[in-house]
Amino acid sequence: MYQYDDRDRAIINDRVAQFRSQTERYLAGELGEEQFLPLRLQNGLYVQRLAPMLRIAVPYGLLNSAQLRRLARISRDYDKGYAHFTTRQNLQFNWPQLEDVPDILAELAEVEMHAVQTSGNCIRNTTSDPYAGIALDEIADPRPYCELIRQWSTFHPEFAFLPRKFKIAVSGSEQDRAAIRVHDIGVQIVKRGEEIGFQVLVGGGQGRTPVIAETIREFLPEEDLLSYLEAIVRVYNQLGRRDNKYKARIKILVKALGPEEFGRRVEEEWQHIKDGAEKLTQEALQWAKSFFTAPEYKTLDGAASEISLQQQAESDKAFARWLERNTYPHRVPGYTAVKLSTKPTGIPPGDVTDNQLDAIANLADTFSFGEARVTHDQNVVLADVEQNKLYELWQQARQYGFATPNIGTLTDMICCPGGDYCSLANAKSIPVAEAIQRCFDNMDYLYDLGDLNLNISGCMNACGHHHVGHIGILGVDKKGQEFYQIQLGGSASNEASLAKVLGPSFSRAEVPEVIGKILDLYVEQRRSEEPFIDTYNRIGLQPFKERIYAKAS
Amino acid sequence: MPKPVKLGPQPGNPTELILNGEIRPNEWQLIPQLEAGEDLDLIALPAGKVIVPLRQWRDNREAFAARGGEIGVWLDSDEGAELIGEEATELPLIAVHFPAFADGRGFTAGRMLRERYGFKGELRAVGGFMRDQLTYLRRCGFNAYAFEGEQPLASLKNSMSDFGDSYQTGTDQPLPMFRRRF
Repeated sequence: MYQYDDRDRAIINDRVAQFRSQTERYLAGELGEEQFLPLRLQNGLYVQRLAPMLRIAVPYGLLNSAQLRRLARISRDYDKGYAHFTTRQNLQFNWPQLEDVPDILAELAEVEMHAVQTSGNCIRNTTSDPYAGIALDEIADPRPYCELIRQWSTFHPEFAFLPRKFKIAVSGSEQDRAAIRVHDIGVQIVKRGEEIGFQVLVGGGQGRTPVIAETIREFLPEEDLLSYLEAIVRVYNQLGRRDNKYKARIKILVKALGPEEFGRRVEEEWQHIKDGAEKLTQEALQWAKSFFTAPEYKTLDGAASEISLQQQAESDKAFARWLERNTYPHRVPGYTAVKLSTKPTGIPPGDVTDNQLDAIANLADTFSFGEARVTHDQNVVLADVEQNKLYELWQQARQYGFATPNIGTLTDMICCPGGDYCSLANAKSIPVAEAIQRCFDNMDYLYDLGDLNLNISGCMNACGHHHVGHIGILGVDKKGQEFYQIQLGGSASNEASLAKVLGPSFSRAEVPEVIGKILDLYVEQRRSEEPFIDTYNRIGLQPFKERIYAKAS
Repeated sequence: MPKPVKLGPQPGNPTELILNGEIRPNEWQLIPQLEAGEDLDLIALPAGKVIVPLRQWRDNREAFAARGGEIGVWLDSDEGAELIGEEATELPLIAVHFPAFADGRGFTAGRMLRERYGFKGELRAVGGFMRDQLTYLRRCGFNAYAFEGEQPLASLKNSMSDFGDSYQTGTDQPLPMFRRRF
């Protein structure tokens, strides 16, 4: 993974000192609430319903064990002993004291971490594929580009006060596992012959006005990545709306101008800067790639490992289930990626305790070259596990509560913190997630349902990605009462689609029953192994509507 | 984008400012924007150095020619640097208005004036920006900061150097860090 040198360290230490001074000025009354707001937000500090919330950047989700242990320590020393993984592959503390935040940032800086630009109207943490570097369908590793984007966007002097927040995702594989089509900028690595380049998409997003991104460039040469991003953000900074925060995202500008005209303006701007100093040099590209080389894999007999795994699976059904759901194929023979589930029933999705953070660090050290990856569905990947150690890993993961074999199933849901924590929420989301998990706790049934993304957001800001869930649940406020709208058919994959609203919303108590009816209809209608989303795409919304809202006869 | 029907907040004109890192008296008088359709009264225009709105400068180029070095121009936040363009090099001063600190369009305008249009004169930030933006303003080419209201300028200018280094290019740093690491 990327390692700081003295220059990176100096910048992060300057930031800690700057924020310490800003906090002191705020606490001394020299800095007003309104002025402190954007400063604290650009350091990831929100003031929430019950306490401040501090969002720590985890660049493209990558963590080493020293960082995990430090996060565990911070959650013990400054918080209530737990933390929350977010859909931007970041980590949040829910209960820090405002006056402690400079010290927390100093502790983070010691392990090359920070909270820079994790909120505010600026360029946020760049996200990517949790299987980067190991996936079978990878065209090129996206992480070097993510790191170059991270550096370019960090304290960018021109783009710290954009019309609205700005999110970039990079996918390096054929299957999009980074949801690039619902980002302000989606970067897809492509090859033209042997030449690496990027397909560039703009104007995707979720929130109140969900939009699927449009391609403005089919092939951008590798060395032009940063100057082209600069041109896009510059056009947006000048032309994006600032009169209404709900119409300020780039997607609204792209819609208003049309993707062709927006793209034309970007190209025009880019002509001025494409051969400037931000053009990436071969030296810089090689340097960035040098941090993401393969670890020292052993030469293993993949076929033999497979056979012995099969034997273990046959003799232990629980292990077999876990193996089926919670592992992911690896390009190196004899290795497998493992997804630790943060979603056992009754725990808010994405929440981990300080002990669990330490446990992830230990598991990473023992089984996966000391690194772990936060995923956008709020789980944790250990990317490089020897297959003949999977059984041992599984046993240890079970002890720490990470081995719920539900990855990719109904109960592996994405869920925002909702009304329990967030001051923006219209409704709670965590209790809805729990009620669904309790209602559908039969593993055989979950496996029979197969791959199913259920996403829950507590308000239309869509932090829980409800627009792109196969089943999406949105908390709404109806005359002061919490209600839930159900949507169907969303997807954040290559064939990205936005979910459609089923009909009038339901009370919290009704939600599990409604989900049950949707699943029943799917089971009746599916053809052999057809997954939920394919059945939905074949039969459409109407049959679901009829089933759910049928008058009792 | 439709033009606002009513004039937004107008930049102030403090008596002192930070110029090239020093606290200096403000030698320029800033003329606020006029309502649409109204023309500048050239006779009532004060003697000495004045900063006029872009539209007034455009409308009165010939009249201003005689006052050469005494006429500066200010851009509002919805006016891009390209509206001055190459003519920037003829001006002694350009001010860029930040109607609110959250309105970051002026950062782009500043950079464009310096990097694309070769402006070498005084580039002044006016309006509601704040001290914590000084590093960004400096990196986007601003060398003068006319804070509004009563401000402890001596302590504010410390924030010009919150960061000792930077990843990207800026008017202060022609090379991004990836070209300087080796």
